[in-house]
Amino acid sequence: MKNILDVKHLHIEFNGASILEDISFSVEEGSVLAVIGPNGAGKTMLLKSLIGLIPCRGEITWRRGVRIGYVPQRMDIETDVPLTVNEFFSLRGSEVTGDKIKKALDSVQLNPKILTSGLGEISVGQRQRVLVAWAALGEPDVLLFDEPTADIDITGQESIYKMLYNLQKEKGLTMLIVSHDLNVVYKHAQSVLCLNRKNLCYGPPRTVLDSETLQGLYGGDKAFFQHKHG
Amino acid sequence: MLVAGFVAASASLLGSFAILKRMALVGDALSHVALPGMAIALLLKINPFAGAIAFLGTAVIGVWAVEYKSSLSLETVVGVFFTASLAVGALVMPEHELIEALFGNITALTPLESVISIALSIFLIALLLVIYKKLTLSMVSTEMAQSIGIRNKRLDLIFLLGFALSVALGIRFVGALLMGSLVIIPAASAKNTARSLKSFMAQSVVFGVAAATAGIYFSSRYALTPGPVFILISVLIFITTLFVRRMRAV
Repeated sequence: MKNILDVKHLHIEFNGASILEDISFSVEEGSVLAVIGPNGAGKTMLLKSLIGLIPCRGEITWRRGVRIGYVPQRMDIETDVPLTVNEFFSLRGSEVTGDKIKKALDSVQLNPKILTSGLGEISVGQRQRVLVAWAALGEPDVLLFDEPTADIDITGQESIYKMLYNLQKEKGLTMLIVSHDLNVVYKHAQSVLCLNRKNLCYGPPRTVLDSETLQGLYGGDKAFFQHKHG
Repeated sequence: MLVAGFVAASASLLGSFAILKRMALVGDALSHVALPGMAIALLLKINPFAGAIAFLGTAVIGVWAVEYKSSLSLETVVGVFFTASLAVGALVMPEHELIEALFGNITALTPLESVISIALSIFLIALLLVIYKKLTLSMVSTEMAQSIGIRNKRLDLIFLLGFALSVALGIRFVGALLMGSLVIIPAASAKNTARSLKSFMAQSVVFGVAAATAGIYFSSRYALTPGPVFILISVLIFITTLFVRRMRAV
């Protein structure tokens, strides 16, 4: 398998403070990489730097011509934002047709009725699916998925992951997933990257995720378990 | 009245994005910057509009650079710097011009200025209609915008420059003190009643134009300054839309 992404010695600084130091990893085409770490570890910053949204040092090499879909952790919108779901899809540009939107909604198991709802009115779980569908409309090769933390309950999360993996199998997507849920990591990821400012572990989950690494990552069992259910 | 209609249309269309971006008070701050520009232009005996444009353009580029380069809060910078320029403007401005600069007087426009105002308003409306999808997306989520190749920084700058143009146009109409309202109130009203982006933009323009034409009409009929009359009518519209919103929520 060829690598779709190579990252070498990535450094990110923000306002003079170091956010990420010397991160190196690569992602194979069609595989799932899980990025784990406590809050504030720089996971979202990592994803943002991968799409060139924030400045960084080091090397980020995507396969040439790669199409990237991005699902953000949360959206900065008000509940009464005057924007319907349908209009939100059409913001992608004129190549988005009604047919394509229906197909994309189908793949995330949403009813087309949602199209006339306001983007701010629908539930967080529904919005997450809308965001995935939005990304899917671009027929991406890679999907960057920044997991929402406290906004969705466990069952909601599970069904979103199920849907994501179906999507991955169907289309041979490569996925980079920021996750707090170790079950997700063990079940679906071929490799895992543990971050806490530095690269603490990187490799197949079953080999690199021992209790020592996890303790180093989250600062002890207790902290980790609280985090998982929080 | 025609000029007022066009200026109000472009300002309220721009305002709908300012509301989405939660930059409601930027218009107020920017209009303060226009004041010293107009004052210096008057002293040098050039058109105040040109002075306003020059100062506004410099100011928004400054704001844009600060937003991306400095860790200072944007609001702090804007608050300090822009109020200072209001003070400078008030000192430099000849006294008999000051009232007009602060509260506007669209009836004082020369025919050439009117034509230029209308042309620039049309340009601004066209510009906004071309970029509105990108603009909305980058406001809703910069990451998603970036992922489909939208250059957010550049878009931000274009929007701010449009904002500056809109302020320069509107300042002759409602004046430096009330300019912020010309941009914001129609859009704020439309947000109360609209649920989709298209109706939001359309309603904002309709409210703005209606208030502007009614404002000109009443002010000429009762010999009042048009700017404040326009603002009061906009506020009436806003209050009405609040009731509509209330009723819908029940």
